[in-house]
Amino acid sequence: MSEIADKVKKIVVEHLGVEESKVTPEASFIDDLGADSLDTVELVMAFEEAFNVEIPEDAAEKIATVKDAIDYIEKQKAA
Amino acid sequence: MFRLDGKTALVTGASGGIGRAIAAVLHAQGATVVLSGTREAVLQEQVAELGGERAFYVTANLSDAAEADALVSKAEDVSGAPLDILINNAGLTRDTLALRMKDQDWDQVLNVDLSSPFRLCRAALKGMLRRRAGRIVNIASVVGTTGNAGQANYSAAKAGMVGMSKSLAQEAGSRGVTVNVVAPGFIVTPMTDVLPESQKEKLTSAIPLGRLGKPEDVASAVLYLCSEEAGWVTGATLHVNGGMAMV
Repeated sequence: MSEIADKVKKIVVEHLGVEESKVTPEASFIDDLGADSLDTVELVMAFEEAFNVEIPEDAAEKIATVKDAIDYIEKQKAA
Repeated sequence: MFRLDGKTALVTGASGGIGRAIAAVLHAQGATVVLSGTREAVLQEQVAELGGERAFYVTANLSDAAEADALVSKAEDVSGAPLDILINNAGLTRDTLALRMKDQDWDQVLNVDLSSPFRLCRAALKGMLRRRAGRIVNIASVVGTTGNAGQANYSAAKAGMVGMSKSLAQEAGSRGVTVNVVAPGFIVTPMTDVLPESQKEKLTSAIPLGRLGKPEDVASAVLYLCSEEAGWVTGATLHVNGGMAMV
């Protein structure tokens, strides 16, 4: 697993207080990990801070799963 | 009842009449208070008056967006504790009839009285939501509800503050953070002392409780909304106006 994926997973575990085993790439923040809309905003802000990237509102809306977040951040970091 | 031991509160506009009273009451109930204002000498004196313990100050010019953005973390730095309570009390007036009101009078009042409280709320909410606890009390004014000739800017800002607070209350409710408004009526402060006696008499005659308000009247209402006991009150506006406007 990439360093980014590891870090994303850690942030999700920390923020949502879920078990690490549940944070699979396919896991949906809202449907599988019990996040509400405010949690997703807080997660996006935590990602922004941790990876020093800016995630605009329209991109943030499309981040529904753990994989979505990893992919988006990896793309930003590669650019 | 209404103890705030172990809580840390930031009071903006703390060197003014109402802010001073709010800070004193919160402090007396056990809170650590951080006073913010523009006049350093006055703030220093106030910290000393509070006995120096559990009292800090930060100077900030809230017409500067960057200073407003940074104030919450500065307050946490000086007090060494995360912020539990935010009191947006700072405000200014630039009264004149609309026909003579300059863009600058409008912009300045909206900026300091509405935009800057928003910035402070945004900064404070970040930590409060994470910690699943917090109290925000925004100090508006009766004129935000009733309007007042000569105060199109100020009344717009204060009405805006009420709408903003209701929205924030909805956003933050699921995390146990409350956002409420205290709307004072006519309070005797250095800011209102300059009015001629005849006008004060006229104002008093319109108040069912028969006197002008004291800063402490406002501070008590703020204390209630900051307390654990007010844990099921959010998005509310508590009018403290002697009955002048029953809304």
